[in-house]
Amino acid sequence: MAVYLLRRLLQSALVMLAMSVIVFIGVYAIGDPVEILISPDADQMERERAIKALGLDLPLWQQYLSFLANALRGDLGRSFVFNEPALQLILQRMPATLELAFGAMFIALLIGLPLGLYAGLKPHSAGAKVVMAGSILGFSLPTFWVGLMLIMVFAVQLGWLPSTGRGPTVEVLGLRWSFLTWDGLRHLAMPALNLALFKISLVIRLTRAGVRETMLMDYVKFARAKGLSPARVTYVHVFKNILIPVVTVVGLELGSTIAFSVVTESVFAWPGMGKLIIDSINVLDRPVIVAYLMIIVLMFITINLLVDLAYSALDPRVRLENK
Amino acid sequence: MSASTASPAATTPARAPKVETPWRRFVSEFCESKLALAGLIVFAIIVFIAIFAPWLSPQNPYDLAQLDIMDGRLEPGARDGADTMTYWLGTDDQGRDMLSGIMYGLRISLLVGAGSAIIACAVGASLGLLAAYAGGRTDTVIMRLVDLQLSFPTILAALMILAFLGKGIFNVVIALVIVEWAYYARTVRGTALVERRREYIEAAQCLALPTRRVIFRHLLPNCLPPLIVVATMQIARAIALEATLSFLGLGVPITEPSLGLLISNGYEYMLSGKYWISFYPGIALLITIVSINLVGDQMRDVLNPRLKK
Amino acid sequence: MMISMRAAAMAAVSAFGLSLAAPVASAQNLTMAVGAQVTSLDPHYHALSPNLAVATMLFDTLTAFDAEARVEPGLAESWRVVEPTVWEFKLRPGVKFHNGNAFTAEDVAFTIARVPTVPNSPSSYAIYTRAIERVEIVDPLTVRLHTRTPYPVLPNDLGQVAILDKETHEGASTEDFNSGKVAVGTGPFRYVNFRSGDRLELERNDAYWGDKPHWAKVSYRILPNDASRTAALLAGDVDFIDQVPTSDLASLRRSDKVHLAEKDGLRIIFLALDHQHPEGSPQIADAEGKPLGKNPLHDLRVRRALSIAIDRPAIASRVMEGTSMPSGQFLPPTAFGAIPDLAAPKTDPDAAKKLLAEAGYPNGFRITLSGPNDRYMNDARIVQAIGQMWTRIGVRTQVDAQPWTTFIGRAGRQELSAFLVGWGSSSGEASNPLRSLVAGFDRDKGFGTSNRGRYSNPEVDAKLEAALRELDDTKREALLRDATRLAMEDVAIIPIHIQKNLWAMRPTLRHDSRADELTRAQDVRPAPAQPAAR
Repeated sequence: MAVYLLRRLLQSALVMLAMSVIVFIGVYAIGDPVEILISPDADQMERERAIKALGLDLPLWQQYLSFLANALRGDLGRSFVFNEPALQLILQRMPATLELAFGAMFIALLIGLPLGLYAGLKPHSAGAKVVMAGSILGFSLPTFWVGLMLIMVFAVQLGWLPSTGRGPTVEVLGLRWSFLTWDGLRHLAMPALNLALFKISLVIRLTRAGVRETMLMDYVKFARAKGLSPARVTYVHVFKNILIPVVTVVGLELGSTIAFSVVTESVFAWPGMGKLIIDSINVLDRPVIVAYLMIIVLMFITINLLVDLAYSALDPRVRLENK
Repeated sequence: MSASTASPAATTPARAPKVETPWRRFVSEFCESKLALAGLIVFAIIVFIAIFAPWLSPQNPYDLAQLDIMDGRLEPGARDGADTMTYWLGTDDQGRDMLSGIMYGLRISLLVGAGSAIIACAVGASLGLLAAYAGGRTDTVIMRLVDLQLSFPTILAALMILAFLGKGIFNVVIALVIVEWAYYARTVRGTALVERRREYIEAAQCLALPTRRVIFRHLLPNCLPPLIVVATMQIARAIALEATLSFLGLGVPITEPSLGLLISNGYEYMLSGKYWISFYPGIALLITIVSINLVGDQMRDVLNPRLKK
Repeated sequence: MMISMRAAAMAAVSAFGLSLAAPVASAQNLTMAVGAQVTSLDPHYHALSPNLAVATMLFDTLTAFDAEARVEPGLAESWRVVEPTVWEFKLRPGVKFHNGNAFTAEDVAFTIARVPTVPNSPSSYAIYTRAIERVEIVDPLTVRLHTRTPYPVLPNDLGQVAILDKETHEGASTEDFNSGKVAVGTGPFRYVNFRSGDRLELERNDAYWGDKPHWAKVSYRILPNDASRTAALLAGDVDFIDQVPTSDLASLRRSDKVHLAEKDGLRIIFLALDHQHPEGSPQIADAEGKPLGKNPLHDLRVRRALSIAIDRPAIASRVMEGTSMPSGQFLPPTAFGAIPDLAAPKTDPDAAKKLLAEAGYPNGFRITLSGPNDRYMNDARIVQAIGQMWTRIGVRTQVDAQPWTTFIGRAGRQELSAFLVGWGSSSGEASNPLRSLVAGFDRDKGFGTSNRGRYSNPEVDAKLEAALRELDDTKREALLRDATRLAMEDVAIIPIHIQKNLWAMRPTLRHDSRADELTRAQDVRPAPAQPAAR
């Protein structure tokens, strides 16, 4: 086990290295940050000074090597735009995104699992068909469009919820969280629902597909034949078995929700990492982009590791490669 | 879309009764659901409209010479300035007939959605199967590639492709494939890991069947159900993702709008009550996606070897 | 679903029939939402107009701009030219920083010394102080600024430079400003809290030397998404927004729940043309798509044809919904150095076709027209509309709208044949656009920095250089007009229109709108004697 973990860790370092190279080349190809950041009034001399100040006058490989050298010392560079350490900028925004992502996942599981279970157990009922048809809506309309509609209905017309932004925060563990206040939760509700829509559908469909299949398995038939109560069959035997695809996908979705809730964050002006990354990409603030992606890679690697570990815990037939 | 990946399952000889051909059995089982059949018919009509849009639509919405901003944002049913045609579904801000725009937009959206999903599915599923079956170093390399890919923001990928290749429909497909393949790989590998430990695979291996045959004839069919769930959703997701890229200004060219671009253009007019600019393309998108999913759902049930009674 | 979508659409429409639901903020509090990102509270770190807007709430400048972008006294009460290269500024007495320190000539000298030394600045304010060779402190309330050469626009430049306190800001870093530690100025508002990318909170400076603002507390929120910003106003979550999208205008104008303010701006939207590449422009081909072997844009008749093919009034009314003024020059006709009687070129597609035929293109040619899609009001829509108009005179136009990020790099590398850009004149007079947009590209003179089509006309350059040395306002204005006329007659660029700036607010508020696009809390005030509001 320890060997397995150690190897995964090493691989992760390689992936992060590859990522940083791709981002360096990619951002370089997209354009010149100075061209975007500089005041239109600046003359050629000022441009040259700015290029030098941001360290962009050196050849790309030199810029990359000095980035690597600093990164090994834990310094991922300073933002071109904010002149603050990139890592610090990202960590400041992280709680906002985390509470949004977990809020969305919570809503998705809360709504998706029971509905999917119902649709899977009674596939021919009218209710199941309504659920399945409804779940299509969740992923066929663009997020930004649904987001605006939510604002129009719940904030502008009904006035129940605040239209945009994050509510008041409470400091816990040195980070600022808004989900601990009532007003904070009210601010969180709409963006979290907006972000959850796709995931609700996903969970419904995966659960239903899994349940339908599992119900026909020999061991379920056997469990029934043994006279176990239907509830026990459903919740112990069936549920455990369908969790594999659900866990995989939910794990992945959590990752992508944290990483790329860009659209929801910008429609709802949610001051999280998604908004930071799109702003940074728009001005080619490379230190922030690189640092951000390093963190995201690390997160995905961790999630994938956890998913793999969960596999082996949930299903003894899967063994972790250890040779 | 699913048909291409599905055929191996349908032709698995061991499972086909002798009198019927596998294809006939597939058709008759598919037709058991009226809803799915209706979905198939609607989808066929949509494909027909998309293919024959140039002959069906009242206007070529991609020809700038045929547009006039003076006809911009007209309500459904309005006549054009020269009084030669009626805009049954209104016009957008450039004076583009929405009906024609939707017909042409369907082509682009289907092309982008289905195209990227097919390619991503083929690439992703093969790599996922390979990773699960081969294990060891191959698995490691592929799965770390997946990690890398999943962590890469769609927007950054799209921007980079835009910078390298310029704007175009095909480049949007590439961007979507790059973003999506990892999902398929991850899903297929998860299922395949379970399946490859099963007796039938071990039996196949004991019979010394060639690896390729074991993977595609035995492993793949049993991994199909979750794959089809993901695939039918991913077509919809690809179309919606293309809309989002358009929303961020990274999608298809503005003079050749897809449904997604029409929606995101019209979105800006929602607050001022000019609903038709994004409402009708939205309906078209919805119908398309619902029909694809009805077909996909039924196909998954029919093809699933484990749902056989 | 059909029903719910329609209901949502109806909700959007009927929303205007409802009152602004949320409780009115207390009379002394103001919540504003702005579209542009504030990147730093350090007023010398990143020269960008949203940062300047914030800087002029917290700090003051020696000279300031009034709503019409004319220079007016700020922390300097008056100034005069002592010698062609020496300016004397009399400072306002009795001004105090937020921490109680007195404002003196020492602070001016410190500020001008600090500006070029801010580390890591992506766009330094040094461009506004570079003309100054040294600062001479005559007495605590008098400074003399010595320039290297005669420099008539010094007062305009100083309007961009916020004055800091020597005692407080000696050695202060940009981070110290952002954290609020040294966000201390002489301005009408004091710092309360800043969350980067989210909001800035301010309170009134009760010791302010000028007109005290009405608001005791101001929340300055950053809300870049256009639709969300409008929705936030309609939902009553904010009292005031800037950069109102024109797509919402029609209904906002009809609504009595929202008050709109508009102001003619200083930002010209224009097409830049490829004046390089004599052997053929990169994105131009003949009518059959084969290379031309020459650049048709070098022919004045072609440039003129492309200009008069554009129906500017149609763009102003249909695309901009009346929020732009068709223009034939860089600035509104009333600005310093602009030509009062130079109107926008008349639309004449037939004459355009004739000009093209005369130039040897009876069948037109193919061109790609590029532009950003996230930078200026309706930028992608304008480009498409022009594409229609050009296609109609036989110039088959392909439209390429891209995010600014990728677009501007390509434009700067001269890879584009024709493209839409904008220019906001920070000094409010004509030397600024002339120098940046049409003067020949020259590093040593600092000319033509944004002349991405590389237009070059020695006559224009000569007039401009003479104007930049001329301290006499009347003579200088005449020179600037000559230069403008030369460039416009030669169709160096194709001007389209000058934007109007838009703000929307609760009906109980009024805004003293500014030509320079800045959105500041001190310009917002309660509406006078509102009869039975709400």
